[in-house]
Amino acid sequence: MVEVTLWGSLSAVAGGKAKHDIEAKDIRELFRKLAEQYPGIEPWIDRGIAVAINGTIYRDTWSKELPPGAEIFLLPRLAGG
Amino acid sequence: MNFDPRFSGRKFASVGTRPIRPDGIDKVTGRARYGADFNMAGQLVGRILRSPHAHAVIKKIDTSKAEKLAGVKAVITAKDLPDLTDGDAAMYDILDNSMARKKALYDGHAVAAVAAIDARIARQALKLIEVDYEVLPHVTDVDEAAHHHAPLINDQVFTEGLEEKPAKPSNITKRTQFGHGDVHKGFAEADFVIERSFKTEQTHQGYIEPHACVASVNADGTADLWVCTQGHFVYRQHCAQLLGLEASKLRVTSSEIGGGFGGKTHVWAEPVALALSRKAGRPVKLVMTRDEVFRASGPTSATSIDVKIGARKDGTITAAEATLRYSCGPYAGSWAEIGAMTAFACYKLENVKTVGYEVLVNRPKTAAYRAPSAPMAAFAVESVVDELAKELGMDAVEFRIKNAAQEGTRSSYGPVYGPIGIGPTLEAVKNHPHMKAPLKANQGRGMACGFWFNFGGQTCTDLNIGMDGSVSLAVGTVDVGGSRASLSLVAAEELGIDYSHVKAIVADTSSLGYNDMTDGSRGTFSSSMATISAARNAIKILRERAAQMWDIPVEDVVWEKGHAIAKGEKHGNLSPLSLKEIAAASGKTGGPIAGHSELVADGAGVSFATHICDVEVDPETGSTRVIRYTVVQDAGKAVHPTYVEGQYQGGAAQGIGWALNEEYIYGKDGRLQNAGFLDYRIPVCSDLPMIDTQILEIPNPNHPYGVRGVGETSIVPPLAAIANAVSNAVGVRMTHIPMSPPRILAALDAEREG
Repeated sequence: MVEVTLWGSLSAVAGGKAKHDIEAKDIRELFRKLAEQYPGIEPWIDRGIAVAINGTIYRDTWSKELPPGAEIFLLPRLAGG
Repeated sequence: MNFDPRFSGRKFASVGTRPIRPDGIDKVTGRARYGADFNMAGQLVGRILRSPHAHAVIKKIDTSKAEKLAGVKAVITAKDLPDLTDGDAAMYDILDNSMARKKALYDGHAVAAVAAIDARIARQALKLIEVDYEVLPHVTDVDEAAHHHAPLINDQVFTEGLEEKPAKPSNITKRTQFGHGDVHKGFAEADFVIERSFKTEQTHQGYIEPHACVASVNADGTADLWVCTQGHFVYRQHCAQLLGLEASKLRVTSSEIGGGFGGKTHVWAEPVALALSRKAGRPVKLVMTRDEVFRASGPTSATSIDVKIGARKDGTITAAEATLRYSCGPYAGSWAEIGAMTAFACYKLENVKTVGYEVLVNRPKTAAYRAPSAPMAAFAVESVVDELAKELGMDAVEFRIKNAAQEGTRSSYGPVYGPIGIGPTLEAVKNHPHMKAPLKANQGRGMACGFWFNFGGQTCTDLNIGMDGSVSLAVGTVDVGGSRASLSLVAAEELGIDYSHVKAIVADTSSLGYNDMTDGSRGTFSSSMATISAARNAIKILRERAAQMWDIPVEDVVWEKGHAIAKGEKHGNLSPLSLKEIAAASGKTGGPIAGHSELVADGAGVSFATHICDVEVDPETGSTRVIRYTVVQDAGKAVHPTYVEGQYQGGAAQGIGWALNEEYIYGKDGRLQNAGFLDYRIPVCSDLPMIDTQILEIPNPNHPYGVRGVGETSIVPPLAAIANAVSNAVGVRMTHIPMSPPRILAALDAEREG
């Protein structure tokens, strides 16, 4: 079980809650379970969500494991210049 | 990915040295081929007709007269680029921006295009195209556009991110919010509170090379595109989708690039060139004029930002709040969102809240510009931080050091930081001789901090070892700042050979797997990781070949300093085999030797910088000259320090232009009035002092060499550092960028009039 924090706009489509306890071993499973629980999140995942694990931001490595007790923070996938 | 990216703390032989860049001679002798330098047999000249109106319904386009003109081979409108985006809103916006479909949304919006046998006929043909417009009210100012009485740019836009969907459409596409704690409680605990509003005007990336391409669509459905871009694989995806081509049949080759800075990260005229070629049955070269570059490509957001920060007498910030409104052009974007995330990222804050509003305006589609959105937010925040330090009677650097984020700090955008470099950059600035140098009359000194995320992304690299032992390195990230030199150093480092034996190229889209574009400061970070991986795969084969040559188990062979070494006492009489010797024998030991890598380079590691700036302001004219400038930035590990310094200097130079001169000026008719370098003045060498740099190296734990991205962070602090310097020089807080002479004189007049 990991505690996941969603940024402000995303929490609006996840029942208005910023923090969620999810049983997930990696980013892929985390996204799948969030989308099952809150279908409104799916378009956001399609558009791109980055995942910060203990402060390190992962944008594409959906196989990245979520260590127990790690701080998991979902962020918008941003543009660079 | 079977690759361990963790920092290993190794010692380097090649990395960190400063060899001459492989593309240098071609560039200084004029042999390098940029977007407009490619030609194909029978190619036509493409030209685009653009809207003179800021906002207008396109009622009818009559191309018949143009089509009849001798020498015209194709005329296209939006009908020739049907919507194949399948509900992908972002791609639809790119399509509509390439060629307006129902409405012209800004002065310069493409409405039709021609391909003709020469430029003269193409221009004549544009004049023969008749467009019937119904002109609509327009809005170009970000604050006016956010007002509920403003002309609506898209009546289907209802602000996202609110608790309830609004009843009426507006020009605000999205609201975003970040932060933690309780700012009301924090402000109540403050002894001093400073609150100010700021504006920054829209600027262009100012790349010297305009958008340019040659497109050739063949009758069999294959196509070629030679183009100036930051990401040829991304351009291939975009063009294939917009034209209904199979991606593998569209071969895109990136030219040398004369600057991009974010402005060449999505397609503009390329789908138009391909559509013209498809219709004409001949290759088409399309090169934007400078006027078109300004009117129809790339600007950054104009912004309007409110900042409030409170602190206790001891200098501890108790609360920080910002509201940021960023213009997006006429299409939805996430520019204020990034500003809201980066605004307070340098600081350790218990109570922080940022709110961003994305605002549609009748200006060109906003594009990324080097750490997009962060410089404007930093300008507003760092100005208030400076003012608050003064109010507290504290030194500006000490105040920032006291409140700087550190490992373990919860960032203002959410996650907790790992090892970061803001503290060390501030300490370096505190101890820098620049901070102690005396100032003369009318001179002022300012400093400011900046933050950028840095990204990684999908990356693919091939490393081939020739039979003479030389190494070809094929990468898929476009070289925007010397990365071919840096990546050659990395290959040399891993293989244990000299840099001069490695030749790096940027491969075309048919020769290598997909690569994300060079953005987010990812070029060297990502491709170096893939190069290390590819080299290690090649070394595995080199060891196997050496084992064959010696007839010993591969487990007994190690790779050291460019040689296979047989380890163990039983192999003591075997002399090391060099890479060259193993390569020479490769034909008889299994064939070519190569290393390949495809990976997602993630964990780029955030980056911080602190800048110092001295200016001299002429109180009679308001003219400002930067007389000394110092950049201190964390690079993680500088692979090629000269090019890291170049990135630091380039970002500072662009920031100086942005801070003092550059500005899109629109008339009341919604038309851009300064679409050229004479009236939109970017700094040239004679405007700038030597920009001093200091590279700090706080290793990124997620890269084998500790590399962080370096390309973008250097543009984040300059607006604020210069604003603080000018404010200190003239004794008036400057709140509007650019601080052009009229604005400085107006501020001085306002101060005198009280």
